[in-house]
Amino acid sequence: MPLSLDEVRRIAELARIGISDAETRAVQGQLNDIFELIGRMQKVDTEGVEPMSHAHGSALRLREDKVTEGDQREQFQSVAPQVEAGLYLVPKVIE
Amino acid sequence: MLNASLKELAGALAQKKISSVELTQLFLNRIEKLNPALNAFITVDAQKSLAQARAADERIAKGGTQPLAGIPVAHKDIFVTKGWLTTCGSKILSNFTGPYDANVIERFNGAGAVTLGKTNMDEFAMGSSTETSFYGPVRNPWGQAYVPGGSSGGSAAAVAARMAPAATGTDTGGSIRQPAALSGLSGLKPTYGLVSRYGMIAFASSLDQGGPIAKSAEDLALLLNVMAGFDARDSTSVERAREDYARDLEKPLAGLRIGVPKEHFGEGLAADVGKAVEAALAQLEKLGAKRVPIGLPSSGLSVPAYYVIAPAEASSNLSRYDGVRYGHRAKEYRDLADMYRKTRAEGFGAEVRRRILIGTYVLSHGYYDAYYLKAQKIRRLIANDFAEAFKLCDLVVGPTTPTVAFKIGAKAADPVQMYLNDLYTIPANLAGLPGMSIPCGFGKDNLPVGLHIVGNYFTEAKMLNVAHQYQKATDWHKREPDL
Repeated sequence: MPLSLDEVRRIAELARIGISDAETRAVQGQLNDIFELIGRMQKVDTEGVEPMSHAHGSALRLREDKVTEGDQREQFQSVAPQVEAGLYLVPKVIE
Repeated sequence: MLNASLKELAGALAQKKISSVELTQLFLNRIEKLNPALNAFITVDAQKSLAQARAADERIAKGGTQPLAGIPVAHKDIFVTKGWLTTCGSKILSNFTGPYDANVIERFNGAGAVTLGKTNMDEFAMGSSTETSFYGPVRNPWGQAYVPGGSSGGSAAAVAARMAPAATGTDTGGSIRQPAALSGLSGLKPTYGLVSRYGMIAFASSLDQGGPIAKSAEDLALLLNVMAGFDARDSTSVERAREDYARDLEKPLAGLRIGVPKEHFGEGLAADVGKAVEAALAQLEKLGAKRVPIGLPSSGLSVPAYYVIAPAEASSNLSRYDGVRYGHRAKEYRDLADMYRKTRAEGFGAEVRRRILIGTYVLSHGYYDAYYLKAQKIRRLIANDFAEAFKLCDLVVGPTTPTVAFKIGAKAADPVQMYLNDLYTIPANLAGLPGMSIPCGFGKDNLPVGLHIVGNYFTEAKMLNVAHQYQKATDWHKREPDL
């Protein structure tokens, strides 16, 4: 079933991507074309097929619970848009 | 020197016929001359490259014998590089200087190689033409009206135009092999997990794999020797004994069984590409290989399944770009949610936004089973196809792409047409298998054609052996564009 304009707006909101009305219309057409391509999957019977999430099925490695990374706060914060006293600054979220 | 193999360059450096500084300067000059037209590099920093070259010369003078010491290598701008601008082709990272080195960069640095700039790419590696880059499209050295392929199109154009002896790339759905094919080069996507993803900016983590792009299979082997290896910081890095990927290059091909999948020679394959690939199969037979017909019946579902799995993983991976810790942040906003919306709308280009929306939708409440779970089941069917095929043959061989390079702008407005470029390369990513492309002739408008070789897990040495024997018998890989 094709996506409605409201659905496109809802997805954009879930993805936290601002979208204009004109863009919503353009994107709607493109997404519906892509979902038509994706829809080819539905014709295939996959009853009983084990889903494959990963190329190598083995369990993830565990490591010892010890500190391996040094403190690199200053270096990592040097590329941040806004920092103060070692903290990342964002707009106020609690009134 | 511009056309020399890595082995020849290493020899010239060891015999002091040329210094690393001179060699690096030679390629920097070539970049200065050709890059304004081709746009293969996002960042070039002669001072940094030459400083590394001086250090390499000292190592060589002290008798260092590492095979890549002093050789300049261009890196796709997806690899975080300490002190270098690292953009991933995006506006959202247009101010991001790498605070550390990716494992791949560490390994090349450790081997004494020189970083010869950061290459242009489709934004976040999402594309098959390098037209989605925030830094403008890359032009194909074989015909500047054409795309070089993508997403590692900058790396491919850099090597094809002899602006770099070799380059790194990454391949999520064909992003090393497809540009190698369209630019007349050799490119290898290793088995998933062989090359560490640490510091390789994530697109679709269960598919992403780094690998080399170069002028020959022999060069690829030397580059893979540096790039591959276990890294504890990548949770999916495989722990295996070190191997020399060049060890089998000279083995004869007698008795080799090459599987030819009928699904990759059907509708959609352009006649010029089909003809060149057929000639390559005949050449392999002449070298002693036996042709075995095989089927990959689920292959046709690989593009639909990929466009669920890759965007789903991308929508999760790219949630980190929110304007808080790094990268672009919108200038004006009402509140935190508004900051996220504006930052991401401004920072991501149209294709990246589109894929985030697809991924968000397929993972949203109520749709998981119909899309993501279904795609994972099809992924299993595709992997099973290969497992069956490898009971009958040693390698699967066919065309890398359905057509030669297309014109810049020709498919940019039609995402579905763009996505279908990768129909022969995507199955190897979904299965996690190694794949490579080598030049096998020219099609319409004298544009290069690529031969696709897929091996079983961890059979890179065998694939390189076959490619090297083919390249000893042919000279397609030695052709260079007229620039």
